[in-house]
Amino acid sequence: MKIKIKRYNQELIEKNSIDEFEVSNTNLLKALIQIKQYNDSTLTFRCGCKSGVCGSCAVKVNGLEKLACRTKINQNDLIEPLSNINIIKDLVIDVSHETFLLDKVKSYIDINSNKEINQEDIEKIDLQSNCILCNSCYSSCPIYSINKDFIGPFALTRALRYVDDKKLKDKKEILNNIQTNGIWDCTLCGTCSLVCPQSIDPKADILKLQNISFQEGFSNPNLNNFDMNFDYEFDGFNPNGF
Amino acid sequence: MVDLLIIGSGGAGLCAALSAKENGCDVLVVSKTYPTHSQTVQAQGGINAVLYENDDDINLHIEDTYKASCRLSNKDNIKTLCENAKDSVLWLESIGVPFNKDENSKIKQRKFGGTNKKRTCYSSDYTGLKIIHTLFDQCIKNKIDFKNEYFLIDLIVENKKCYGAIFLDIKTGKIENIYSKSTILATGGYAGVYSNNTTNSLSNCADGTAAALRAGVKLSNIEFVQFHPTALENSNILISESARGEGAYLVDSKNKRFIDELKSRDEVTKAIYEKLINKDKVYLDLRHLDENKINKLLPQEKRIAFEYTNIDITKELLPINPAAHYSMGGIKTDKNFKTNIENLYACGEVAQSSIHGANRLGGNSLIEIITFGKKAGISASNNSKNMKSIKNIESITSFENKIENIYNLPNKINFYEKKDLLANELFEKVGIIKNENDLDDFINFIDNLNSQLPNMGILDKSKIYNKNLIDFLEFLNQIEISKIIALCSKQRKESRGSHNRLEFKNISNEYEKYSYALIEDELLKIGFEEIS
Repeated sequence: MKIKIKRYNQELIEKNSIDEFEVSNTNLLKALIQIKQYNDSTLTFRCGCKSGVCGSCAVKVNGLEKLACRTKINQNDLIEPLSNINIIKDLVIDVSHETFLLDKVKSYIDINSNKEINQEDIEKIDLQSNCILCNSCYSSCPIYSINKDFIGPFALTRALRYVDDKKLKDKKEILNNIQTNGIWDCTLCGTCSLVCPQSIDPKADILKLQNISFQEGFSNPNLNNFDMNFDYEFDGFNPNGF
Repeated sequence: MVDLLIIGSGGAGLCAALSAKENGCDVLVVSKTYPTHSQTVQAQGGINAVLYENDDDINLHIEDTYKASCRLSNKDNIKTLCENAKDSVLWLESIGVPFNKDENSKIKQRKFGGTNKKRTCYSSDYTGLKIIHTLFDQCIKNKIDFKNEYFLIDLIVENKKCYGAIFLDIKTGKIENIYSKSTILATGGYAGVYSNNTTNSLSNCADGTAAALRAGVKLSNIEFVQFHPTALENSNILISESARGEGAYLVDSKNKRFIDELKSRDEVTKAIYEKLINKDKVYLDLRHLDENKINKLLPQEKRIAFEYTNIDITKELLPINPAAHYSMGGIKTDKNFKTNIENLYACGEVAQSSIHGANRLGGNSLIEIITFGKKAGISASNNSKNMKSIKNIESITSFENKIENIYNLPNKINFYEKKDLLANELFEKVGIIKNENDLDDFINFIDNLNSQLPNMGILDKSKIYNKNLIDFLEFLNQIEISKIIALCSKQRKESRGSHNRLEFKNISNEYEKYSYALIEDELLKIGFEEIS
């Protein structure tokens, strides 16, 4: 079976190319390892747990974000690095923004807490706390491609994971941190939810954060600034058509 | 120069960093990968602690751990671990680890092998994942400094004192000395050297253990490698003990159960292995379990089985085999987590801290990395507080030459092929059951491999993110530690826990001792010493 891999090496004059390789493994990670070992030792990618929990091997397959270790490949598949992130070499991307974003949101328990919580409380944050920081959602997000200050889907999912955690003393701080370049800038297109390998739904999480923000007295700054220029005296156009 | 250098960013490294920082120490965590890429994420089943004493007792936890170790452990150290376990779990809960709860809002516990009590706390079967991410969030909160994707080349040791370590910055290809008053090794275990036959991460290659050996650090009990009974056939992906803890059976091809599934791992592994070498097959049977329970408590096992073998565990049998999983041996530490080298500490799986002995109980590794990680952080940071400054030792040049030499080696032999061969030879000859001839064969194989090394170069000649170079350096570490496993296995002429010798089928009082491996005056010394 043939697969195509997008290459990038800043040390070469010809930095970008799409190379074709013949592989026998149908598991993408195994195929990449096979290429590195027997066809081209310069092919560079990250990998670790081989079972879908470390999040290091996320790449794009035919334009969709996938974990290489959990992906079956087909003839002529195109493998590329994740989008919206600087590429270091071939399929390896710079993930240093993770720390920056999580710190910006301050998504952690603020004061160690002995508050008693029950199974229902745990289930409320179970899915969100399964995030493996693979960056698939970040790569698929159209807002990122135009605004690098946007607090992306994984950081917002993690914000909700702590906002919904009864052990958090002050949820207002996290909520405050996600108002600008955060929940209101999301277009709710849902691509993040489509590509999450852990079946987390960041779009729903962001909607929920918007609701909680409303309840806590925040408002959508984009709406406040949005001047509809609507003249109540104007009687020419009736949007309801009657 | 930093007060405290922590090498490794898994659970042990992060806990050490958090406690040292809290202790007022300037900390730097340097790691080959990223914290959330570390192997701790793969710990599924849970973490042991006696939380409620109405049905359990700390003394029982101590006894179970000691019994499983086959008397190759220090009861005082086990006592420290077990007595602090409750605090460790409650601390994890207080920083947000979402442990499953019972109807009275108490942390729920499941039963693991080698004990009669329900003692293993869990977050479904993603316990390690949730712990490491929570710890990572806390490290961000506490502004812990990280240098990620730095490969440990060697420790800086002179006259049995450690002054820091030398790293290769993977992203730039540059070599960097990092000087420190105290250093903690928390680089994980060495079972990954069985590469094709292990549940371990692909980046687990015994780097810390090998660097320690080269620096004159004493290794201990290296022959004790735990084989996990249930890994997926072929891919060797872990199917957690929590499956058996929740009631799954082990059956052979005649659909018959052949062992109590909740015996300790060494016994279960041996029973499965005997079936497999007699050309039988072994399956994990979860069909009788309630599907709802599987969905709630074992979601990861269900997903892994379906994704990698196309099997629905609620309806079909799952073929499994044992795979190298955990290293009971490692860097010898005392009760303060100190090694035999001054200012150098070790914690987590890289350490032999006299807890697991010849066999580790499931759920005891997570409790060790948290409890001893935190304590090692305190111990090492206190050590730094007593020091004013340290001298710098210029060692960069020689290591630049060493790496440059690797770039210039001819590539007549593909080292990846040899790496595969080494892993297979290791599993066959230094695996679940060993014998003298096979061990000798393997040692010869390694010597032969060493002589071929000058013809195994790397093909990627670039500096930036040269994974080919890293793979080669890991291969060198794999060779070194594989040989130590074989040499220590050869000298232990008995069967005890995970170590099984065909010619010596019984436990022998003569060997109620720790083995050691140590390079002194450039000579490798292998021997036994009293338990300490």
